Amino acid sequence: MLLRVEELHKRYGKEEVLKGVSFSLDKGETKVIIGPSGTGKSTLLRCINRLTEPDRGRIWLEDVEITGPRVNINRIRAQIGFVFQDFNLFTHLTALDNVRLGLIKVKGLSKKEATERAMAELARVGLADKARAYPAELSGGQQQRVSIARALAMDPKLILFDEPTSALDPELIGEVLAVMEELAQSGMTMLVVTHEMGFARSMADEIIFMEKGVIVEQGPPEQLFRTPKHPRTAEFLRRISDLYGGDQ
Amino acid sequence: MSLTHWLRVWSYFPVLLQGLCVNLSLLGGLLGVGFLLGVILAILEVYGPRPLRILAFGYSWVFRSIPEILLLLLMWFGPARFGLEISPFLAAVIALGLRSSAYQAEIFRGALQSIPVGQMLAARALGLSRPGAVIYVLLPQALRLSLAGWGNEFAVVLKDTTLAYAIGVVEVMRQARYIGSREFPLILPAYLVVALLFLAATYAGLFAIGYAEKKLRIPGLEARR
Repeated sequence: MLLRVEELHKRYGKEEVLKGVSFSLDKGETKVIIGPSGTGKSTLLRCINRLTEPDRGRIWLEDVEITGPRVNINRIRAQIGFVFQDFNLFTHLTALDNVRLGLIKVKGLSKKEATERAMAELARVGLADKARAYPAELSGGQQQRVSIARALAMDPKLILFDEPTSALDPELIGEVLAVMEELAQSGMTMLVVTHEMGFARSMADEIIFMEKGVIVEQGPPEQLFRTPKHPRTAEFLRRISDLYGGDQ
Repeated sequence: MSLTHWLRVWSYFPVLLQGLCVNLSLLGGLLGVGFLLGVILAILEVYGPRPLRILAFGYSWVFRSIPEILLLLLMWFGPARFGLEISPFLAAVIALGLRSSAYQAEIFRGALQSIPVGQMLAARALGLSRPGAVIYVLLPQALRLSLAGWGNEFAVVLKDTTLAYAIGVVEVMRQARYIGSREFPLILPAYLVVALLFLAATYAGLFAIGYAEKKLRIPGLEARR
């Protein structure tokens, strides 16, 4: 087991966003979390690398307890890639420097090694020719691909995707999903929050349906889409398919 | 003020220029002190733990409230009272530098706070420590965004260096005064020459800062004006 989450709780003021979430992820697995907006999906992802501190519950990455008292969280975070909805590329750095920064400042690689590695990752997402471009000179899809390259360069054990295509124009979604599909097939362990049901269906080993801070149901995509056990899951999937058209 | 006075005052031009160089040295010193302390204060104000944050705001309040001339006199007479002999020049650099740091801190603080929170999140998610994120991600952006405001501070403190006159630094104003006490009719022309020198120095400085702004510009990272 690569990642284990047990009884995670998080409260913002009066509102309890996570009400005891437990699940696990095996090496090489892709799990997709779906569910209505505001049900704690993003909070859950951020709790996993403690960008948000959970109130209660425990998380393990392999045999290290991330939520443990004396854990070096920076070292843990370097092993967990995070891809944000709005990319969050470093504005003042070129694509190459965005990918290189962590390699040099966190992993302590030499500039030469870091450059080689960063260029390889940019090539992997199809953007080697944009290495010298600043984020503002790239399209949203290209920015998101650079941010995936930035995560990949760190050799993460796991990558968390927080609605990676939600901020993109429809015609740019495909290029990002293609990179993610390639990753999933290459054996990367991925936890993806998304509304892209096509991706969920074809790439997920398992789908987690979350609502109001709890996991309502989880299972392989075929089972969850065809014969959802819980009426809430069926209801959500119907609404999504109404919204996004005949994917079902 | 006759033409002869005008011609005569030019014979003192090298002396006045020498005086201006003292002002420029004061400027360099005080901007340096102000920059270093200002950056540290701004970081503390935005990212520091609560007690340090309060301390930084208190500092900022004190040094923006006390008249500069009073700061100069305190820095000149204060240390001497405790047997610490410092030169008027050093006293001026410290007094004006501390004051400038309070204003510069406000410039940098505003710039730091204008950077979207996602930048910090992305830096931390990579595994950078909080100080690492500030040094490698936040500060490089904030300092670029600060340049315009910093140009304004430069223009203000350049003129403030003449206040060092009050504690006996032989800067350009005092040189003009010396000229006037030697040949009284020259006092007005001398002051006018000093005014011209400041016009030129301010112009040159703002030009250099504008040039730096252009050189350091990065697409997508511009101060929103």
